[in-house]
Order: sequence, then C-alpha cells, then structure tokens
Amino acid sequence: MSLLSVEELSVTFTARGRKDATAVDGVSFEVDQGQVVGLVGESGCGKSVTSLALMGLLPRKAARIGGRAEFDGQNLLTMNERKLRDLRGSQLAMIFQDPLSSLNPVVPIGIQVTEILQRHRGLKGEKARKEAASLLDRVGIPDPDRRLKEYPHQLSGGMRQRALIAMAVACAPRLLIADEPTTALDVTIQAQILELLKELVDEEGTALLMITHDLGVVAGLCDEVNVLYAGRAVESAGRRELFAHPTHPYAHGLLGSIPRLDAPRGEPLNPIRGSINDKIAWADGCAFAPRCDHYTMECLTGTPELTEPRAAGHQVRCVNPVLPTAEVPA
Amino acid sequence: MSLLELDDVKVHFPVKKGLFFDRTVGHVYAVDGVSLSIEAGQTYGLVGESGCGKTTLGRAVLRLNDITDGGVVFDGTDLAKLPGEEMRAFRRRLQMVFQDPLGSLNPRQNIESILSEGMAAHGIGKDQAERREKIKDILAKVGLPSNAMSRYPHEFSGGQRQRIGIARALVLEPDVIICDEPVSALDVSVQAQVINLLEELQESLGLTYLVIAHDLAVVRHISDVIGVMYLGGLVEEAPSDALYAGPRHPYTKALMSAVPVPDPEVEDRRERILLHGDLPSPANPPAGCRFHTRCPWVQETKCATERPPLLDTGDGHKVACHFTAEIEAGTVKQTLATGIEAVTGTETVAAEAEEVSEGETAAEPEAAAPEKEEAPGKEEPATVPAQADAAKTADAAKADRAEDSPKA
Repeated sequence: MSLLSVEELSVTFTARGRKDATAVDGVSFEVDQGQVVGLVGESGCGKSVTSLALMGLLPRKAARIGGRAEFDGQNLLTMNERKLRDLRGSQLAMIFQDPLSSLNPVVPIGIQVTEILQRHRGLKGEKARKEAASLLDRVGIPDPDRRLKEYPHQLSGGMRQRALIAMAVACAPRLLIADEPTTALDVTIQAQILELLKELVDEEGTALLMITHDLGVVAGLCDEVNVLYAGRAVESAGRRELFAHPTHPYAHGLLGSIPRLDAPRGEPLNPIRGSINDKIAWADGCAFAPRCDHYTMECLTGTPELTEPRAAGHQVRCVNPVLPTAEVPA
Repeated sequence: MSLLELDDVKVHFPVKKGLFFDRTVGHVYAVDGVSLSIEAGQTYGLVGESGCGKTTLGRAVLRLNDITDGGVVFDGTDLAKLPGEEMRAFRRRLQMVFQDPLGSLNPRQNIESILSEGMAAHGIGKDQAERREKIKDILAKVGLPSNAMSRYPHEFSGGQRQRIGIARALVLEPDVIICDEPVSALDVSVQAQVINLLEELQESLGLTYLVIAHDLAVVRHISDVIGVMYLGGLVEEAPSDALYAGPRHPYTKALMSAVPVPDPEVEDRRERILLHGDLPSPANPPAGCRFHTRCPWVQETKCATERPPLLDTGDGHKVACHFTAEIEAGTVKQTLATGIEAVTGTETVAAEAEEVSEGETAAEPEAAAPEKEEAPGKEEPATVPAQADAAKTADAAKADRAEDSPKA
C-alpha cells in the first residue's frame, strides 16, 4: 500500500452571499516511500489548495473538503486537530514557496528550528541547539552556529529556503510536501535546492510531493507526474512517458508553448489560446474545451473519464486525446 | 552606427545614514561600468539573476535612475547629459514595458485614458477623437477587443494586462522598447502568446528591443544578441546561438547548466555545475573579478586582484574572464573541487577533483622544503601518484618543517 493515497479530493470554498468556488474538483494520486510525485499546473489549477488540504491547513469553516486522503492508513481529512498536530512536523512536513513570509521575522532562526525539536523529539537546551546546528549544516548553511542567532531578514533567499527545509526535515518526516519550493529563487540557487531535495529522497527514502508550475523542474526531479487543470488531473504518467508523449491537449499544448534553452532560435512558439479564466465547470464537460483545438460536441457532455489510450499507467482525461498521428512539436 | 550605445555606464546608489544629516556611508554599485550597443531592428537580451543590476541598467537608459557616470548615446544624442525637458521629449522614442502588468497600470483609469495620456503629453493627435482612432488601431494590433477602451485594468487577465502595457508603449510610436521582465509574471501558456506578440510587432513595426529577463530560455528565444550580467557588470556577450552553443564565461556555464529543461532525457544526461554560496552584496563587491568568490575555475593569480575587461574572443563573442582560453583548452583545472557536481558520473568527477586538490596541498610544502635544506634520501617526486604516497609526503614535509624551524 502507498504511503499516501488521495482519492477524489475536492475542496470548495464557501462564503456567505457568494457563489461557491470549487478549487479542487476530484484529484486522485498516490505517493510511495522514496518516490517523487509532481503536481503540475498553472496558477488557479488547485495544486496549492490540494497541499493545504492534505496538511489540514485550510480553514475548516470556509472550506468544504470531500474525498479521502489516507496517510499510512489514517484519513488525514477527518482526523481530529490534536492528532493531526502530532503528525504534522514529525511525519508530514511542508516547505512553502515564499521563505520570508513563512518564517517568523521577529524570532531568530535557532529558536524556530529548535521549537520543532522540542515539540516532536523532546530535545531541550544545549542538545536541541546542537541538533539544530547540525540540521543547518546538513542542508548546506555555512557557519550554522552563527546563523542560529540570526533573524530571517539577515539570511539570503536561498539560505532562508534552506532553513525552511532544515525545519521540515528536522524529524525525518516520511512525507514532504514542497509547494513551489524554488519559484522565488534564482536559477543557480534553484539548482542547489533541487539537488538538496534529491539527496533527501535518495538518502532518507522520504516521499516527496512536489508542487510546481515549472515543467523543467518536474522533468529533472519527479518519478510520477500529474498535470492539473482547473482542479482536476487531466493527465498522469511516469515522467519519461509524459514528456515523450503528452497526450492530453493541455499537457501537449503546455509543452509546445515553453521556450526551451536547447531549441533552435526563431522557431515560433505554439501558445494555448485564451486564458485559464475561459473554463467551464467540470460537471458540464471538459474544462479545457474552450481553449482546446481538438474539441468536439462530445467534450461538452459531462466530465470525461480517465482512460489509458496510449500505454498502461498513462491516464488521460480526454475524449479526443492527441495520438501519434499528430506529432509533438519539439 | 548603432541606434543605442551605452558607454561605461555606472549607476551607484548612495547608502545614507543618520537622523538629521544625510551622511553617505557607502554606495551600492548597482551598475558598474557596462558598455553595449544595440543595432536598429535588433533584440538585445540582458540576463542575470536578481540583484545583478539588469533592471537598474534598463531604467538608466530612460534616465528613470540617475546615471552616475558614462554615456547613453541614442541616435547620436547623449541622453545622460540632456536636461529634463529635452529628455522628456526623447522618451517618446524610448518606451518601457514593465514587469508587473497590474502594478504599472493605474487602477482608476480606464484603458482609453491610460493610453491617451502619453499621446497628449507628447502632442500626438489633434484631439481625443483622433487619438481614439489611433488607440483602436493599436489595440487591434496587440490582440485586444476594441471595447477594451472603456474598461479598467482589473477587468483583464494577466496576459491581457501585459498587452495593454505593450499598447501603451506602442501608441507613442517609439524606436526602442525596453521590456523589463515582460513575461515573468505570466503563466506559461500565456507567456508564449506575449512572446509571439512581441516578435510579430518587431517584424511589422521594425522595433528595437532591449529585453531584460532572468529566464534564459525566454531571452534566447527572442534575442539576437545576449548579454549576461553579474553583479553590475557584463561578463559575456554573444549572438544568441553562439552563446547557447558555447558559453565561455564560467558564470554563464553555471547559469546555463542550472536552467531546467522540460525533457527528462536532457535532464538525466546533462552535467550540472553547482555554484556555491550566494550573490555577494553589490554594496561591497569583491575586488578583482566579481565572480571569483563563486567561480569553480578561480585561479590564484589575477582573479582576486584584477578586474577582467570584456574582450572580443572572435565572432563578436565577448568574455570578461582572465582565463577564457585556458578554460577552453582545459589547461586550467577546476579549483573549487566541491563546486562541481555532475548529475551523472558524480564519482569520476569528484575523484578527479580530489586528486587535484590533494596533489596540490601535498606538493606545496614539499616543494618548498627541499629548497631550504637538502635532505638526502628524502627526495620526493613532484607529482604524487597515490594516496599512500600523499600521506607519506605530508609526513615528510611535516618532518622537514620540524627540522627547519629550530634552525631558523
């Protein structure tokens, strides 16, 4: 059995006097020990909300959460707050996108790191400080003893993200959720952080749920990839399979619209027309249909099912998938 | 002659301190001596990481920042020395597209008002009716519906807002458009639309672009010439294809190897040069080559003391590095052993690096010792073949020193 298995997760935000907004509309995926699973999509596709729902960080009153998310046999979505608090930080950990706003600006790094060690591992005083220093050292922060006394604003962006990773791995979690961990960073720093995450997965066997919009990051890091659009997975496959044969028109279009460093110059890009605002509800049909070049009337008759038109394990939610005759634009 | 020429442009921001007197306690050397030239109809791409001064340089061309020193020659006129009113007139010909499409549009002005403001200021069009015609024309060119005129910025999506920003630059019929991160705030699928639009406009209107971006792939896609900036200076400049085919400056090499490519085949094969540490502060830049604190190829001579000039190494490929030829030829080894990690074949590279560093450290005291004192039977070979020998030489060197010190 997988470490984390998410089934038909849905999140709907409700507010008085407003229409309900469905951010996640039936997402299913599994994460195994030592595996990196990617959730990819553009802004508004529900990838961050998915991660927040798993961590139990959504406001319980305003968000209506449906489906199941079993972590090690327990449903995270129905767990009571106290139990969840024990799990978070020790077995489940999360790295956020913006390291400056996820660290407390008025508390030194050292206290923020030792806090976790105290809460979950019962370490105190000098012992906790030593462990914190070794954690910072582990994630590649030079001179950890000095850094422990510093405040977040004294650290550079890359260093802050490292500190955040140190906090996340402090209790050797079994599942790490990384929500756009490198988006706020420069490419050379991004490469450092990705390398660090790779090491953690290889050495500790941590399962990693990688949430990103950057297909390049996914190509280098993930084992399994789920492409989300408007709150639903439209395609999921192994990384090689997905990049070699993107089959859903959205995934296909997305790959065709990215300027690549290794592509010859002057080749026009093939953008997807319209924007993510031009969508229809999944209940009425395929949300991508208004932007799709392949759509037919069939697309507007209820939610398309996940099928495997190409290879086993390569799931596509589309009635008119892009099949071999139309080749992938390089 | 080039349309736009920058000659040793410097932009230094003073760092002030004190409650009553603005004492200047130092400077942030945001741009520190950049020279480049842009031909008419060309796209010049400026890349670099945050804090390298690329945005400041772009703003300096328009004199939105004060230029501390140097010249910005546009079409034969040095903009750096123009008085305010004349500069204002020149800004019609040099326009800018900003990064944040929402932040750069006034939320209380409708699109017609936003676009006609500049036209009125520069006396384009006799009256509002004429301007409106022109705006309609431009909106169609950038792919917006004509009913957009009476709407407000918040009613548009990110990609559409960026189109409005481009339209605002276009209504003044500029010669040069400076695009500061034109697509970085947009989603991937929309990015491509805007990139294509910029290319189409260049073709139909003969525009000259200075594109400033951190995304190498985007810059490579649209630029004819690319300049790579690091900590206030250009480290490499080359035609787009040449730069991609063979980056010569160590920083460019590292930058290129760090850009993720959406293709697992490529990702698995390539070797990644991981840079250590962070960008040094531009308020206190390192002496000599700005990059020498992070450079995997840093040498003991020159790098820390002498700032390398940007020299042409052939075919318009300019590099600012003392050891370009040596690195190319492989005669200069990577000195920061831990700085290099290949994604595939990590062991071999690491082992090689280790050998080098060991050989050096062991050989250094060894080489010095025999000169002072000729110890018979202790002659060691200059190169150390194996680890056991290295340990021996280290011991020998230690013994030499121990013998040496009481005498001296």
